[in-house]
Amino acid sequence: MKFETAPAPHLPVRAGVSRLMRRVLWALVPAGVAHLWFFGPGLAFNLAVAVGTALAAEALMLHLRGRPVRAGLADGSAVLAAVLLAFALPPLTPWWITATGSAFAMVVAKHLYGGLGYNVFNPAMAGYAVVLVSFPGSLALWSVAAPGGLAPPPLDLGQTLAFTLTGRLPAQVGFDAITQATPLDAMRSGLGQLQTLSEIRAEAPFGGPGEQAWLWINGLVAAGGLWLLWTRSIRWHIPVAMLGTLALLSAIAAGMDGDRFPGPFVQLFSGAALIGAFFIATDPVSAATTRLGRLIYGCGIGALTFAIRSWGGYPDGVAFAVLLMNLAVPLLDRHTRPRPFGT
Amino acid sequence: MSVTLEGDGRLAGGLVLPTRKAESAAQPIGIAPLPSRLIYPLAADAGGDVEPAVAVGDEVLGDQPLMRAREGRPLLAHAASSGTVTAIEPRPVAGGEALCIVIEVDGRDERLACTPPDIERLRDHGALTDTLAAAGLAGLGGAGFATGTKLAEARRRGLRALLINAAECEPYLSCDDRLLRERAPAVVAGTLAMLALTDCPAGVFVLEADKSEALAALEAAIAQCAQATALSIVTVPTVYPSGGERQLITLVTGEQVPATGYPPDIGYLCHNVGTTAALAAFLETGRPLTRRIVTVTGGGITRPRNLEVRLGTPLADLVAACGGYRDGVARLIVGGAMTGRAVATDEIPVTRGTHGVIAATAAELGDRGTPAPCIRCGECAEACPAGLAPQLLHAQTLRQDPGGFEGLGLFACIECGCCDLVCPSHLPLTEQFRVAKREVWLAEMERERARLAEARHAARERRLVRRLAEREAALERRRQAARDPAVSSAAIAEILRRARGGNDDVGGGA
Repeated sequence: MKFETAPAPHLPVRAGVSRLMRRVLWALVPAGVAHLWFFGPGLAFNLAVAVGTALAAEALMLHLRGRPVRAGLADGSAVLAAVLLAFALPPLTPWWITATGSAFAMVVAKHLYGGLGYNVFNPAMAGYAVVLVSFPGSLALWSVAAPGGLAPPPLDLGQTLAFTLTGRLPAQVGFDAITQATPLDAMRSGLGQLQTLSEIRAEAPFGGPGEQAWLWINGLVAAGGLWLLWTRSIRWHIPVAMLGTLALLSAIAAGMDGDRFPGPFVQLFSGAALIGAFFIATDPVSAATTRLGRLIYGCGIGALTFAIRSWGGYPDGVAFAVLLMNLAVPLLDRHTRPRPFGT
Repeated sequence: MSVTLEGDGRLAGGLVLPTRKAESAAQPIGIAPLPSRLIYPLAADAGGDVEPAVAVGDEVLGDQPLMRAREGRPLLAHAASSGTVTAIEPRPVAGGEALCIVIEVDGRDERLACTPPDIERLRDHGALTDTLAAAGLAGLGGAGFATGTKLAEARRRGLRALLINAAECEPYLSCDDRLLRERAPAVVAGTLAMLALTDCPAGVFVLEADKSEALAALEAAIAQCAQATALSIVTVPTVYPSGGERQLITLVTGEQVPATGYPPDIGYLCHNVGTTAALAAFLETGRPLTRRIVTVTGGGITRPRNLEVRLGTPLADLVAACGGYRDGVARLIVGGAMTGRAVATDEIPVTRGTHGVIAATAAELGDRGTPAPCIRCGECAEACPAGLAPQLLHAQTLRQDPGGFEGLGLFACIECGCCDLVCPSHLPLTEQFRVAKREVWLAEMERERARLAEARHAARERRLVRRLAEREAALERRRQAARDPAVSSAAIAEILRRARGGNDDVGGGA
């Protein structure tokens, strides 16, 4: 009798990359639903444009690089990067901005650096950073929160789609009517006008749906992130280090000057801190890979996020914090190697 | 004096695996029938090299040595039954091909007369090593290191405790479990003999926590022996690879064996439980090691069980003794499911290290998937019981630079296979590390060869310079002699004759 030969071990292996990516996508579904509920159907169109572009770009690059196209698309990494990019963009974003970010993420950030497993920068954040500096005006406009499902006022489904496709609003609607500062925007511009935080927090979007929307979305992001931890899809080191550092620094700053620095709760539940900690910074390819390295990596992202939010040129800083720490990864990998057993 | 056990009983890394032991563990140890032929590979080991001690056509008796040392003190193999040597030829063995002695069994099963060894003589370092190697006694846990060498070396170094490894952490295997259930007194006797031979004060049996019947049998056997106070039992969690030597020692003692050293460096010695019983049998009868217990199991075996098998028996005979194959056997594995070798044919013989034969179906093996690029998720590092970062080792294997493994702990890898099972990219990590070790080792050898060549070259240069100087000196002496008026004219004539003859030694100086 003849038998097949293969190297040990001879037991079933765990599920592959595609299941990991699918789980991460599932974990974002509740937050996505809340997003649609509060900010209207914009996210759905962004998702469609980003995912479509990413798949096309991924297929093209795999083909050009002579890699198996079907297997590359099936691993889910392109879809996940596109989804994270769509979450980062304002609900009302013209399609070419989304497509530019998505294509840059796949073509430059991912494949020109060697494709899955080799890219230095987090593709979603690289794509987001490119459109953020290229289209600053468009990306500064966030929709007004109007809870009520897929077609809240002021724009209905068709009008949102029309804006996504053309970048133009209906004749009788102005940008002021459909956009509202996010909590981080409001704090940043208020502090710039020498208001105190208590004064800023007495006005919109605080106290209204504009604040609730972020609490809900971020709460559900955190729930999804905890589920990922629970299922061991991600490990705790990066989220805990990042959120812990951000919370610690903001607690110290708020303790020293409560009029200018928001406390940990506001820092964590506004903007992209939670989605960054659980979904973006945990991208294994562009993150540090040792335990100690991940702790330092997470701390670095938390500290940079705090610094950019407090003193930088953008209201939120997660994307740049992630990209900057991506640069530190080879160094972290080299100097945080675990100690082998018996040495 | 008793050993202090300070391990916290937890393994860093490791995996909880499906045990798949129930089928074989439920059956008592059977005696495998006498096969029609026995096959003995001539294998060099750490102790030395062997050559055949028999020729084709020779009649041999059971327990007769088939090999002798060509150099060193290698482990010798002995005929497990009487018969005729029909061939000495290359044959498939686990992991390749080797020159094998083939015996056609005559069925009479006659044996040489043997006398038990003189225990007092084994007090001598060399005698212990020689006697046990000549009896073919080696570790039966898989690695197969010479028992005599291990014991003698440990006695020389001094031991704090002897750990008897009955963890049997690999899936499917149950030969140690059954041995303890059925023959615990022999295990205890062998352990006490090892303690005596190594002047070691304490013996610690280590079992995985789920082997309650073996534990009960062992406790009963210890209670009945005279030196029960020297023996103790520790259970460790059912986590693979708790039975890896280094992992086991840390689990029990809390200490780590140096990555570049061996357990006696920190005062411990580890022996497989089967080895203790084999030693007990040898000390009692003087008969060499010709049998061992093998777990024959897997979804492709009709009646999985443990068999007491004559070394040299082809795997096919073992499978036949267990009712033959079922349909759908995809892989035949010699050893355990995590570290064993998949072999292409069942004509391979059982050797000392064969603790298991697994006929696995495709369903048991699962779909290995297609390897994809590493995504650096680090799950391998979480699973690694050697504290390594396999993802960084993997990245280094892709760089084709054997020198770049410095600081990554490649040689601390115990090849347990945990990283392979958790890798979402389905990379054959363990195999890559095996290959990498070989390449680093070859590069090292190459460097060593280059160093030797350089040293030889330098020595030759020095030799040439020295010779030249000697010639110059000789020439100078002759010149002096030529100027000496007392030198006879015959000598001058001789020098002139040689100068005219164009002899280089004289040159134009005369």
